[in-house]
Amino acid sequence: MSSAAFSGNTAEQQWVLPSRGRVGMFSLIAAESAIFTIFVVAYIFYLGKSISGPTPTDVLELPILGTICLLSSSLTIHLAVRALRNAKVGAFGLWWFVTLALGTIFLVGTGREWHHLIYDKGLTVSTNLFGTTYYSLVGLHAFHVTVGLIGIALAMIFTIFGKVQPEHAERAEIFSLYWHFVDVVWVIVFTVVYVIGR
Amino acid sequence: MSSETIALSTVGQDARPIGERLHEWVVTVDHKKLGILYIVYGIVFLVIGGIEALIMRIQLVVPQNHFVSPQVFNRLFTMHGTTMIFFVVMPLLFGFGTYLIPLMIGARDMAFPRLNAFSFWMTAFGGVLLYFSFIGGYGLFGAGNAPDMGWFAYAPLTARAFSPGHSTDFWTLALLISGIGSIGTAVNFIATILSMRCPGMTLGKMPLLAWLNLIMGGMVLLAISPLTAAQIMLSIDRYLGGHFFDTQAGGSAVLWMHFFWIFGHPEVYILVVPAFAFASEIIPVFSRKPIFGYPVMVAATICIGFVSFSVWAHHMFTVGMSAYGNTFFTVTSMIIAVPTGIKIFNWLGTMWGGKIQFKAPMLFCVGFLFQFLIAGLTGIMLATSPFDWQLGNSYFVVAHFHYVIVGAILFTIFAAFYYWFPKMSGRMYNETFAKWHFWLFFLGFHLTFDFMHIPGILGMPRRIYTYEPGRGWEIWNLIVTIGVFFQTAGVLAFVANLVWSLWKGKPAGNDPWDAWTLEWSTSSPPADYDFAATPAVRSRRPLWDLKHPEDPDWKYE
Repeated sequence: MSSAAFSGNTAEQQWVLPSRGRVGMFSLIAAESAIFTIFVVAYIFYLGKSISGPTPTDVLELPILGTICLLSSSLTIHLAVRALRNAKVGAFGLWWFVTLALGTIFLVGTGREWHHLIYDKGLTVSTNLFGTTYYSLVGLHAFHVTVGLIGIALAMIFTIFGKVQPEHAERAEIFSLYWHFVDVVWVIVFTVVYVIGR
Repeated sequence: MSSETIALSTVGQDARPIGERLHEWVVTVDHKKLGILYIVYGIVFLVIGGIEALIMRIQLVVPQNHFVSPQVFNRLFTMHGTTMIFFVVMPLLFGFGTYLIPLMIGARDMAFPRLNAFSFWMTAFGGVLLYFSFIGGYGLFGAGNAPDMGWFAYAPLTARAFSPGHSTDFWTLALLISGIGSIGTAVNFIATILSMRCPGMTLGKMPLLAWLNLIMGGMVLLAISPLTAAQIMLSIDRYLGGHFFDTQAGGSAVLWMHFFWIFGHPEVYILVVPAFAFASEIIPVFSRKPIFGYPVMVAATICIGFVSFSVWAHHMFTVGMSAYGNTFFTVTSMIIAVPTGIKIFNWLGTMWGGKIQFKAPMLFCVGFLFQFLIAGLTGIMLATSPFDWQLGNSYFVVAHFHYVIVGAILFTIFAAFYYWFPKMSGRMYNETFAKWHFWLFFLGFHLTFDFMHIPGILGMPRRIYTYEPGRGWEIWNLIVTIGVFFQTAGVLAFVANLVWSLWKGKPAGNDPWDAWTLEWSTSSPPADYDFAATPAVRSRRPLWDLKHPEDPDWKYE
């Protein structure tokens, strides 16, 4: 059977489909959102149900610096992608590096907070329900930040070796969707854990 | 129709050494090879899960039987359930989807071929991990042990105190890993269907199989993820001393139920929607009519997809929820019968007035229609919470959900096997053997699952390893077990037919059914690149347009 027999008028018309990378990333984000939803639900459900201390009010402090850094990194990754689309590879590298640095500051902040909670306050996963749900939720988010930072660091290495070109702008943008998602999740985690739950 | 096909079939012509050919299957990223790997993997586990069911039915054939011990019986029903859902039906459906979706939408492969391979091997590794628990369950303690807490693994049975050793951990990790594979497959299905369609194939002109798999993909993303999350929590409980489901530290066993069933109920629809997809492709071809009510079919499936996320707690009526909770979940569970009923009427409307050909695929689809209706009716009975208080956790429930999973889903999977076997292998199956398969399996199915409702009504609880004589359950259990032997004979006829036809079947040609969708326009089996030139379509039945240029569909759609 000749495949040419299939071509009708539509073949000559413009045939545009959504980018598979974007569709794939949005699908992944949907799945990740469902995972985070379950952890957030568990956190809220167990608020105040711990039968022993310490409680969130006793030990949690607002992670202001980390939050500012992480939320700003959404802006810087956006600027990086825009620079790459305008073929400014140097500006891309700069903004990309700033994103990497801001994300790392956030992660170090979480690490210091956990160190403080474990060694000074005696809160671990097995201490009480608050410890279990807190470390799970914040840890799941920190895990996603770590995965994102590994991705950003890889692209940074490629940039240093001059392998990143303007034609990679779409890939960078699709990756930035993930990073924005991680930021949005942090807004929710911050609200639930440090504002409502404290 | 084969005169201008570019690729020639290579069946039986491959002269390379066996090692090289096997290596090609391991490293492949081709959607057709991965689809077949999924399907073969599913069949292997179907046989394993079937043997587990057979052993359980032999144990229950007479009262006070000692064929297996109570401990082994617990492991058998746990492994049977987990295997059949996660490592038989899901891989079979994903396998057909992976194989067929690119061919039906005129693409040369999935959107992400390597993710496709990754997803398959994650699923495969999950199944191996689950069965490794038979030898690794007690770890260094020597004696083997498989998980024995039931396939929904209610807390506190999964707590360290009640599940020592590693059997529960193998179960958790197996589901976690195969769940990641399922999410990868769903991402791939959605991206392929939305972004890889051939020119002219707008969403309204896609084959229903593509539409229904798109909806299934969306449901996998939102339903498998809660299971993944719950498995992570269970691992935290078991390994890090967490308290998510530890009632002694204030945790909640009911929360696990909610998390499990918010996965578990959509999962039923994740399994049945692709089964609907098979029926929606096969029934029109063997009725020689286009599908009746295409847009309504799509709308009804989307509706099922949405409503299926609001019915989960009808699995938990016996837990003791509030009256508002019971009412809400009773009502939503009944609402879902409306779009499902619409679909049944549409399939009947497709058959109405058609020139029906009762080949094996059509026989299985007709069986599906009939049995799915009964499964739905017992479903409405169980959705009524007072009725469920009476029969929850009885054999009535077991009969109901096997009616769905075997009577509806497995029947359409068999239909899909016979329908697409000529495309995948290039050879026809043996119709006589296929008819034997159908009638043996049909008889066995009804002997087993029709009569299984009755001991449930008489009060026989599920998951008991034996029972006292004199309760009126004996004759029903005997009939149920006899039915299993008929089903086994049917499956043997099926496997024998597949193996025999693979080597000795008549060459099928490109289009043995005179069908209308794009996969029948390429060679059987299709070449590595699927289509020599990218097709372009103008209607839902591109091959009809090609065969009937004087009366094409696109004039009317």
